[in-house]
Amino acid sequence: MIPSLVSWFTDPANWSGEDGIPNRLLEHVAYTAEAILVAAVVAIPLGLWVGHTGRARWLVSLANSARAVPTLGLLFVVSLWLGPRITGDLAFVVPSIIVLALLAVPPLLAGTYAGVQAVDPAARDAAKGVGMTPLQVLRQVEVPNALPLLFSGVRSAVLQVVATASVAAVISLGGLGRYLIDGIALGDYPRAAAGAVLVAVLAVLLDGVFALVQRRVVSPGLAPGGRGVSGRGKDSRSVEVEADSPSTPVRAPA
Amino acid sequence: MKRTTSALALLAASILGLTACGSGNDPLASETPAATTSGGSGEPIVVGGANFSESTLLAEIYAGALRAKGLDATTKPNIGSREIYLRALEDNSVQVFPEYTGALALFYDKSYTGTDPEEVYAHVQDIVPDTLTVLDKSVAEDNDSIVVTKQTATEKGLTTIEDLAPVAGDLTLAAPPEFKERPQGIPGLEKTYGVTFGSFRPLNPQGVVQALKNGQVDAANIFSTDPSIAENEFVQLEDTKKLFGSQNIVPLVRADRADEVRDALNAVSAKLTTESIAQMLKQTDIDKKDPKAVAQEFLSANGLG
Repeated sequence: MIPSLVSWFTDPANWSGEDGIPNRLLEHVAYTAEAILVAAVVAIPLGLWVGHTGRARWLVSLANSARAVPTLGLLFVVSLWLGPRITGDLAFVVPSIIVLALLAVPPLLAGTYAGVQAVDPAARDAAKGVGMTPLQVLRQVEVPNALPLLFSGVRSAVLQVVATASVAAVISLGGLGRYLIDGIALGDYPRAAAGAVLVAVLAVLLDGVFALVQRRVVSPGLAPGGRGVSGRGKDSRSVEVEADSPSTPVRAPA
Repeated sequence: MKRTTSALALLAASILGLTACGSGNDPLASETPAATTSGGSGEPIVVGGANFSESTLLAEIYAGALRAKGLDATTKPNIGSREIYLRALEDNSVQVFPEYTGALALFYDKSYTGTDPEEVYAHVQDIVPDTLTVLDKSVAEDNDSIVVTKQTATEKGLTTIEDLAPVAGDLTLAAPPEFKERPQGIPGLEKTYGVTFGSFRPLNPQGVVQALKNGQVDAANIFSTDPSIAENEFVQLEDTKKLFGSQNIVPLVRADRADEVRDALNAVSAKLTTESIAQMLKQTDIDKKDPKAVAQEFLSANGLG
């Protein structure tokens, strides 16, 4: 298996044109980005609202239970339903983005909600005490403090979507799933295995990228040991920052 | 960063897993029983089927006819495309498969160009691997075809595949994924007819019909017996240069089991006609009847089981 996989990857024919790795990789990333954007536009504001007001928490449980819906089955249903209603390429693109976005909503919503929910009540009180409006409290206190959990929501959404975006190939679109579907249809197993490896590598790389972004964006004061919610960052500066500046969690993101 | 580390570990583990598969050409080898050489009579017979409804129907007919002769026959439909299921026959995980003469000839002899039904059948007998053999072919034929909607045919004046040559650049073709690389697929359309479609949509057989019906594609590769052609008034373009050759239905069986199944399957081949298949497919695909029941009806009506 490994030698044929290596020769597949080293064949120049697999690195150019519509069927080449760069193009399929780009398509895959594009489907992922579109789905995450659509989901973020819906889920993040909703999560902030639920977390800030404490109302309609059932939305989070509802979204979580929606994780049980099988993506491939949903894809068939949505594309059969939308097929006669949309013309051209969109008839395949829209169903794919819809099902992938649905996959990304639960982690985004839960991460955002939990992040806001877990903000230290003392920080919130202090913000109110200095005369901030509810919107200012949200923007300057709750959102920055929610970032570590919000980011873990984003990262788990990205991982899920990037790993599942292969289903787009089932309804004739591109992306790395093309290698899986075509490889299996033609009995070309090295191609199918290469597709699987590429999806895995892409998932790891994207997660790494988001880990870096998270490090830059999240306040060092929210690192483990800080007085806010337990964060994920490991920045050593956080200790001294926390020591001389108790108001760190209130800082806006860098 | 912990997540990244564990993801890397997972990736490493999965690559190790791939290495463990060894050099065999079937990465899913553990699922199929090891090739046995015994093949003695009395052992169960598995009739395979490809991933389209006609193949499922034919598998049920074959299995029903074998059971009527007292053999322990079961079916394993929806195995996949030819590239997959012929391996299943070669490694003895299925013993009988409904096949098509022309496609089989071209699979084992990529440069074959014969189109006469008798010639193709004779050639197939010569070139299938020693472990396999074909029984009698039937007159029933199911060919690949290129179909368009009635509207497209009228607007562009299409009656044959040749007519597509000047207009195909603006058109989209839908077909199963393997059509893109098969010699009779897109490469054949280009070589034989000079027809190059503007774009290609790889879909499963049901998806192909849906896409043509919904107007997302302009042309589609659909089997000539498919009842959706009449149902949707699609126009089948004539294959004037015989790109798709002759495609008589023929049982492809393991050579070591041929004696047990020969009489039953040859009797089926003698009774099958293109019309009877088209009529049965209408029942399974349009009226959504169980293929097994439809197959049984055919067998009873023809005194086969």
